[in-house]
Amino acid sequence: MEISGIAAYLVSFFTFVGIYAILALGLNMQWGFTGQFNIGIAGFFAVGAYTSAILTTPESPWHVGGFQHPFLVGVVGAVIASALVGLLIGAITARLRTDYLAIATIGIAETLRLVIANEGWLTNGVRGMSNIDRPFSDFFQAIGLSSAMGSLIVVAAFLAGVYFLVERARQSPWGRVLRAIREDEPATAAAGKNIGRFRLEAFVVGSAIMGLGGALYAHYFGFLSPEAFLPLYGTFLVWVMLIAGGSGNNKGALLGAVVIWTIWSGSEFVMSAGLPEGYTGYAGPLRVILIGVLLQVILITRPEGILPEKAPRAIAKGRRG
Amino acid sequence: MTDVYILIELLQLSIYGIVLGSILTLGAIGVSMIFGILRFAHFAHGDLITVGAYVGMGFLMMTHAPVWTALPAGMIGAAIVAVLIDQTVYKRIRRTQPVILLISSFGIGLILRSLVQVIWGPNVYSFPGGIQRPWMVWELAIIPNHLWILLAAVVIVTALHLFLTRTRIGKAMRAMSDNMDLALVTGIPAERVIMITWLLGGALAAGAGVLLGMDSRLTPTMGWNILLPVFAAAIVGGIGRPYGAIAGGMLIGLAMEISTLFLEPSYKPAVAFLIMVAVLIVRPQGIFKGAW
Amino acid sequence: MSLLQANDIYGGYGGADILNGASVRVEDNEIVVIIGANGAGKSTLMKAVFGLLHVRSGQVLYRGEDITNRKPEQMVGRGIAYVPQEHNVFPSLTVEENLEMGAFAIKGDLRPRLEKVFSVFPRLRERRRQDAGLMSGGERQMVAMGRALMIDPKLLMLDEPTAGLSPRLIDDTFERIREIRSLGIGVLMVEQNAKQALGVADRGYVLATGANRFEDTGKNLLDNREVAEMFLGG
Repeated sequence: MEISGIAAYLVSFFTFVGIYAILALGLNMQWGFTGQFNIGIAGFFAVGAYTSAILTTPESPWHVGGFQHPFLVGVVGAVIASALVGLLIGAITARLRTDYLAIATIGIAETLRLVIANEGWLTNGVRGMSNIDRPFSDFFQAIGLSSAMGSLIVVAAFLAGVYFLVERARQSPWGRVLRAIREDEPATAAAGKNIGRFRLEAFVVGSAIMGLGGALYAHYFGFLSPEAFLPLYGTFLVWVMLIAGGSGNNKGALLGAVVIWTIWSGSEFVMSAGLPEGYTGYAGPLRVILIGVLLQVILITRPEGILPEKAPRAIAKGRRG
Repeated sequence: MTDVYILIELLQLSIYGIVLGSILTLGAIGVSMIFGILRFAHFAHGDLITVGAYVGMGFLMMTHAPVWTALPAGMIGAAIVAVLIDQTVYKRIRRTQPVILLISSFGIGLILRSLVQVIWGPNVYSFPGGIQRPWMVWELAIIPNHLWILLAAVVIVTALHLFLTRTRIGKAMRAMSDNMDLALVTGIPAERVIMITWLLGGALAAGAGVLLGMDSRLTPTMGWNILLPVFAAAIVGGIGRPYGAIAGGMLIGLAMEISTLFLEPSYKPAVAFLIMVAVLIVRPQGIFKGAW
Repeated sequence: MSLLQANDIYGGYGGADILNGASVRVEDNEIVVIIGANGAGKSTLMKAVFGLLHVRSGQVLYRGEDITNRKPEQMVGRGIAYVPQEHNVFPSLTVEENLEMGAFAIKGDLRPRLEKVFSVFPRLRERRRQDAGLMSGGERQMVAMGRALMIDPKLLMLDEPTAGLSPRLIDDTFERIREIRSLGIGVLMVEQNAKQALGVADRGYVLATGANRFEDTGKNLLDNREVAEMFLGG
């Protein structure tokens, strides 16, 4: 591979890491902080991606739209739309046990995928949506950067922003209540906290972050189809990333995104190089098996992940004092 | 005139609904039993359904035995797979929160689906038997296979009922689902009961898989695609209550088929999902009364 | 050799110890009652003896054999039966099925055992096909005790068998417990109804902050002024 090829690969690699890291931070808000089990990440991811795509693309004979709003409007729309879906699901399942939330989220994700695949007027169905512009590509070209590099910079900036916000949230009194709910719900309720409300807030914030990830994906990749939102890519990898990195710990979510994406994309090389002629079709399922087995090994041997959650200083101090 | 036409259409769809419902019931009973005893929603159940169907078909390809033997072969195969999964993976994480089992099972489901792809390839298979000429009863078309599917489901559910009410280990399963702590102090061997639960859950899933395969075709995602309706049936029937799953399965099956009168057939799973959500809002404990 | 001897037990639910050197002894054909204030560790001591919570230090001997920290399954296998205070029946099982669960590990015909239980609790014979969940509190207590008797225990452990029962049913329950002793079974029970319990008990222990405070025959404890002031309402 030439130098430019390697550079292009690295840009794409880190862009995906950035997008997945954002999804993992969103999941951490729900699962890591609050113990809410969202197994329909792909659904929120898709809502964000399609909302932004519909808002920003030029007119097309194949689907609704032609609004041609700027990139940032698309992002804001994506965040709002996925937050609304999160609000709906969260409100329905707020009083129910975790398993119902899990089933409801996968239900909404699969239903959304059916809608995307079947409602051609809205999304062009399985043929997909194209012509989604990369963010600020004119600007980046003017300063001599490729649009892909520009996307990476934009993704990195959003990741930094999300990371800053979720870290602040974690250390805030709000974040402490969330963890208290996760650790001991009855005691927190007894302390006069409105559990359902805190839970719902965390769920909606997490969903909004996932929607943001979806918008960034749409604008980087430039093309959307229901295939991209299968539970494998949208949901499963994010879960493995968070659990491998260390749920409850935002740094762990970042690290997990890097490690798991490295393994996932690296396995593609290994498989295409290592599998004999005629067996390359098995690469896909074998990679899934690899990641699936990795998850089980982590759950059995190191369920707290590479970077376990530490009790934040404020609580530790409080206990000592 | 049109009224009669709609009636016929409705009856025809109801027949399909009962067939689908009996398939969903077999899956939902397993989900419900596993939930009752191990307290987690088993997300690999759909893929266990797929495994059962493929093992049954694989058995036919190897032995050229009569078609019906796919059912017991698949059931035995999937039961063994379910127990192996539990012994190698779930058993080791059972002591942590049940919700960890949930994410683990999601991963197990993907592994099973991928294994099916690796072993049997991405091709679509069908059970031998070809296209059947339906019997015409009045204006209704009845496909012979549908009768067999219904009969097989009734036999399997009846056998399960007898097991749960007549054998000591079956009663112990109900007891553990009622009250795990009491079961332990009573001296019921929990590990053995859990193993039987997986055997039965796997066998029932395979029953659903083989029957589903007979009704349509075998694809690596066949089980995953009906997981949502299976969960819906279990929840509508009151999760943790296998007998409710029968009613839940029928209700969901009928609703899914009848919805095709006014909705795209590809939205069938969404119909199941919406009914489930409605039930969760109105009656989280499920519609149907009674326990095991 | 005593039927049961728990010596100097320390333990709790993971945090600080609740039991601080409690001891208890039961002989064959003896009713022994443990009384004490709320939080004294009575039920905790029962659970520790039965292996439901970890004994950090101390020893539980059953007919001389060390059974400290054994699993409940093994306790049952040795002839020790335990009836928890609450949620002590399987509600969706019939009375007969509940009893059958008590004898899960026993092979062969259960009918003689069932007959024996029905002779102590005739009411259960009438109700044998009824779901236990649909029964009254007193009937459930009978089912729970009957279930424990199914293994033909040598030692029966009852955690507050009269909790929540009407005065008439309390009398009846103590009457049954006496009858159970007459079958050759040692009974260890925790009780809130201290006066009546000491009345039927051969011996009693008064527990305070997880350790023995008094230990004597039931009659002597009833006469003990200090015990009377503490627990018997003067």
